[in-house]
Amino acid sequence: MDILVALENNSGSIHRMSLEALAAGQKLASEMNLSLSMLAMGKNGGDLAENAGKFNAEEVLLLENPLLDNYSSDGYSQAITSVLEQEKPRFVFMGHTYMVRDFLPRVSARLRIPFISDVIQFRIDDGTPVFTKQVFNAKLAADIVSQSKGTTLVSFQSAAYQSDQAEAGAATIRSISIEMDSSAIKTQSEEPFKEEAGGVDLTNAEIIVSIGRGIGKEENLPIVKALADALGAELGSSRPIVDSGWLEPSRQIGSSGQNVAPKLYLALGISGAIQHVVGMKGSKNIVAVNKDSEAPIFEIADYGIVGDILEIIPKLSEAIQAAKN
Amino acid sequence: MFLKQVPGGESPSRVSSDHSWIDETSVNFETNESDSYALEEGLQIREKNGDGEVVVISMGPEGRTQKVIREALAKGADRGVHITEEGPPETDPLRTAGVFAKALQEEQFDLILSGLQSLDLGMGQTGVILGELLGMSSATLVMETEVGENSIRVKRELESGWFQWVTLSLPACLSIQSGINHPRYPSLKGIMGAKKKEIKTLSKAEIIESDVNQSITRVYSMQKAKKTEMITGDIDQQITRLVEALRTEIKVL
Ligand SMILES: Cc1cc2nc3c(=O)[nH]c(=O)nc-3n(C[C@H](O)[C@H](O)[C@H](O)COP(=O)(O)OP(=O)(O)OC[C@H]3O[C@@H](n4cnc5c(N)ncnc54)[C@H](O)[C@@H]3O)c2cc1C
Ligand SMILES: Nc1ncnc2c1ncn2[C@@H]1O[C@H](COP(=O)(O)O)[C@@H](O)[C@H]1O
Repeated sequence: MDILVALENNSGSIHRMSLEALAAGQKLASEMNLSLSMLAMGKNGGDLAENAGKFNAEEVLLLENPLLDNYSSDGYSQAITSVLEQEKPRFVFMGHTYMVRDFLPRVSARLRIPFISDVIQFRIDDGTPVFTKQVFNAKLAADIVSQSKGTTLVSFQSAAYQSDQAEAGAATIRSISIEMDSSAIKTQSEEPFKEEAGGVDLTNAEIIVSIGRGIGKEENLPIVKALADALGAELGSSRPIVDSGWLEPSRQIGSSGQNVAPKLYLALGISGAIQHVVGMKGSKNIVAVNKDSEAPIFEIADYGIVGDILEIIPKLSEAIQAAKN
Repeated sequence: MFLKQVPGGESPSRVSSDHSWIDETSVNFETNESDSYALEEGLQIREKNGDGEVVVISMGPEGRTQKVIREALAKGADRGVHITEEGPPETDPLRTAGVFAKALQEEQFDLILSGLQSLDLGMGQTGVILGELLGMSSATLVMETEVGENSIRVKRELESGWFQWVTLSLPACLSIQSGINHPRYPSLKGIMGAKKKEIKTLSKAEIIESDVNQSITRVYSMQKAKKTEMITGDIDQQITRLVEALRTEIKVL
């Protein structure tokens, strides 16, 4: 086996980011003429395998074991380790999900094989895949190669590859089994829950004025509120602002906050880290103001201003007021 | 407690001339964001428990690593371990965690806290690998902790606003997510006291043993994909153009 795409189970259906990893895997398979298989496990694994069988791959491995019905880091790292020992793929592709962050490094440690994480793209150089990831807070990119003679683990950043590019086909399902030791699952997990709902819903906002750490200190918030008022906008922010307790958690935008797509998103003093960008890149118009001309937010902005938000915000409010009158 | 020194947010990111890393001259290094939260959580756990020793560990070159460790000692950590690193920084998380595991061989920690991910490399792996190498249970994306008798209950952040409590037996290894608490500032008394605290130094070169598993071949700036209108001129010209765009192109005024 050359490439194994290990699927994340969404109650029997395929996690979007696993489909993206599949699209990446199919691309590598075709460019290097490699075989590709998928792995389905967890609760309703049969349904997952059946869904996976509709895509182009050699086979879908189905691993059913009651110890894997609910996710645990101990159980999943043990299971994947055993599967890799049996099947010996050259590459394992997964989405860079929270679950993968939690257990895949342990597989890397157990088998002493590299885990190249949060990859945004790959290319083939002289017959070797070169994986690119963002470094230095997404300001720069780094090419990474594996030195492993065995398996190489790779996870892909959300939306690095498109799920609708995953090629349809027909793959056969093969059941596999592994020895699992229930005493190796040492942690006890409780039911997942959502924090008390409430707070603002930004998903329907037409205009969002969003601030990041560039605002400097809490005392500077009033000028932002004035700008939001002038524009008739809702206030949003990056995570550090909420972490600092300056705005309520419901105003956070990004992978661990809200997903928004307003007509206008004004990003003020936000660097443009991927976890923020995934929550707002669908906005119709993005205006970014940042004092660093290399801030990654400019890559997705329609309009950009390099400058100091503390100077620009009050002047902009004034000019907007004047324009409205 | 694992603390990495990384370039501060305001630092320039210039690629080094050989494209192997960044040019570190005139870069200001500070404690990695999630590591500061991990340190604070460790200090709070000790305070709630009434006793216990907090040890901070960092691997990196002389000056900046000492600075980060001293700052943690000033905040209340008891002692530090500095693993000195000469030459290019380690970029293979299996090797980094391997060095840490060996450096800790003689210690008996109940709890190891690291940050969720480093700002420079962003592997998000080192703490988890370390837990595995030391045979500990681990949990990542930790947003709250409750220490019990021989166990610790932690609230993990899941995707799309979900959370989950997980109980681990001690010893355990946790990767802390930013936002779990409010990191303190060192007091003047703390800063004075830190000068007397012990920092043990070890050399990475003497500890490291495993082969390289993955390596960075080139660091560079990405090409821009989207066409962005960069609004130039002095601030008044910039504002005039932006307001015009808001009115006539984006049509929100
Ligand atoms: C698992 C995980 C989940 C996460 N979820 C989220 C999430 O949901 N949402 C989120 O936002 N982040 C999230 N993050 C954090 C994310 O990785 C970034 O750390 C965060 O988005 C950075 O916020 P920022 O841009 O405000 O701060 P920084 O990255 O510190 O950027 C501040 C910016 O302000 C600029 N600046 C400073 N002063 C000024 C000034 N006076 N004028 C103009 N510009 C100025 C700087 O040049 C810099 O670009 C998550 C991280 C992880 C690991
Ligand atoms: N050189 C280092 N010194 C101290 N801690 C480190 C070092 N490298 C990584 N860590 C710890 O491991 C965490 C994850 O790093 P990474 O796997 O690079 O994303 C960091 O947040 C630190 O807590």
